[in-house]
Amino acid sequence: MADDQSQHGELAPWDIVQLARHPQRPHTLDYIRGLCEDFVELRGDRRFGDDRALLGGVARFNGQTVVVLGHQKGSNTKENIAHNFGSPRPEGYRKALRLMRHAEKFGFPVLAFVDTPGADPSMASEERGIGEAIAENLLVMAELKVPIVTTVIGEGGSGGALAIGVADRLLMLQYAIYSVASPEASAAILWRDASKAPDAAKAMKITAQDLYRLQIIDEIVAEPDGGAHLDMPAAIAAVSAAIQRHLDELRALPAAELRHRRYDKYRSIGVVHHAQTVALNAALS
Amino acid sequence: MKDFLRRTQRGFTSSRKPEQQIPEDLWHKCAGCKELISAKQFQDNAKVCPRCNYHERLDANEWVSLLLDPDSWQEQDAALAPADPLGFVSPKDNYAKKLQTLRESTHRQEAAISGIGTIAEQPLVLCVSDFAFMGGSMGAVVGEKVARSAERAADAGMPLLTINASGGARMHEGMLSLMQMAKVSVALARLGEAGQPHISLLLDNCYGGVTASYASAADIMLAEPRAHVGFAGPRVIEQTIRQKLPADFQSAEFLLEHGMVDMVVPRAELRAVLGRLIGLYTPKAHAVNAFASGNNGAQAFLRGA
Repeated sequence: MADDQSQHGELAPWDIVQLARHPQRPHTLDYIRGLCEDFVELRGDRRFGDDRALLGGVARFNGQTVVVLGHQKGSNTKENIAHNFGSPRPEGYRKALRLMRHAEKFGFPVLAFVDTPGADPSMASEERGIGEAIAENLLVMAELKVPIVTTVIGEGGSGGALAIGVADRLLMLQYAIYSVASPEASAAILWRDASKAPDAAKAMKITAQDLYRLQIIDEIVAEPDGGAHLDMPAAIAAVSAAIQRHLDELRALPAAELRHRRYDKYRSIGVVHHAQTVALNAALS
Repeated sequence: MKDFLRRTQRGFTSSRKPEQQIPEDLWHKCAGCKELISAKQFQDNAKVCPRCNYHERLDANEWVSLLLDPDSWQEQDAALAPADPLGFVSPKDNYAKKLQTLRESTHRQEAAISGIGTIAEQPLVLCVSDFAFMGGSMGAVVGEKVARSAERAADAGMPLLTINASGGARMHEGMLSLMQMAKVSVALARLGEAGQPHISLLLDNCYGGVTASYASAADIMLAEPRAHVGFAGPRVIEQTIRQKLPADFQSAEFLLEHGMVDMVVPRAELRAVLGRLIGLYTPKAHAVNAFASGNNGAQAFLRGA
């Protein structure tokens, strides 16, 4: 275990994974209720059903009406079963889409909270087009005319997380994780061995610090000592202050400028080389 | 009984002496029905088995020559090459080295090619994934090629055709791969604003972050017969639900039945179908002229007069 830890005695990525998944960690509804007043849940996708793994509605945040939505995990097994462990089915994403369109119609900003191991892998979800549901959300978020601030509060897993994460500002709690696939799935895909998850957690660069360095997230929200579950009010206050600061900046922008900046933000992600440079580097090394 | 089964499975390939082996240039063994067919017939049939209709995977260049008018293809962004942004090293895997090996064996920089060409003299932007290069997975370069293709189509006023076979996002580029889903989506949204259609052709197989982004974010969705397309892979779903999946699960025909694609198109008909489709979204010069001279009322109506 010792060599897994950095020289500065910081937590290893795998330790952070445990914190991000801690059952007592504040979940989306805790943040919505802690941050906002007058929360009214809006349910259903108007197509098929109401997904309890992704909840949302309208609420008042520091005096202003906002649309809030996020993946909902439970704090115990019973709650987790009710919320499908925070893994939305297509209905959840289509409800999120409906709420985002609703926000655009009334000029409300969108506050989204990410906390999911990933989209629901099941026959039912595939039959109802889970891939299409995620793809459609990405496309609509790309051109939504109102500000979107997404906060990764626990576990950000794969496309199921990104489906509410194409935001103007992407914030991440200090001990949250965000990855292209869960460490277990990554290890299974890369090395056909899910037990190598701790290695994957390290190799895949999934912590807030890693992702800030890679310029994928805009801010790390510091957690209380030991993690958000040890002092929920303090964690909520920190998230509230960060979101308000970003919202103030975003609301000052005209809609066209907002969308223009969002385009540039996502269009520029990822490192590409030109073959000549690669050849040159190979020759030099 | 068990022993009997095991022997048959091993027998066919391993017990053959070299001189008994099928001359590859004359005969082709279909991966679908396992029958021997004339290699020439198979090739002439665009690698579709004439007996069982099995569609064998084509590489990106074969798609270009199958679908586009001869000599119309102009590849673009061919020099874009992947970086190793995470410095991905593990006991079993070293991304930089893997890329180097693949570059030498496939003579390609990446898992997709993109460019412009024509189908029945109608211009379009084309981006084709190549499954042979790391399972067609999407890292920053594939994302960049798709995004540039969408932008090029938007700027030039041409339709975009993407041909998609991919295992999903590329693990070795971590979150930067996941974010390619957002990158291609902002570019596709711009294409939509430009009023140009995106046609997505789904091939065997297409999964994960590619299915959950540009491959599904299309105006028209086509699939090859018996192609398998989904978000979660069948193994993952079987592990979750602890039961066997039906044989046709996630097949093109299954997608059609569930309303997820517009058409399942046999390879032999693809060029004609695409030609007709693109024509419907590309105003023909004479049609535009007829409209301008003969129907001023309608035109004024469209202008909001």
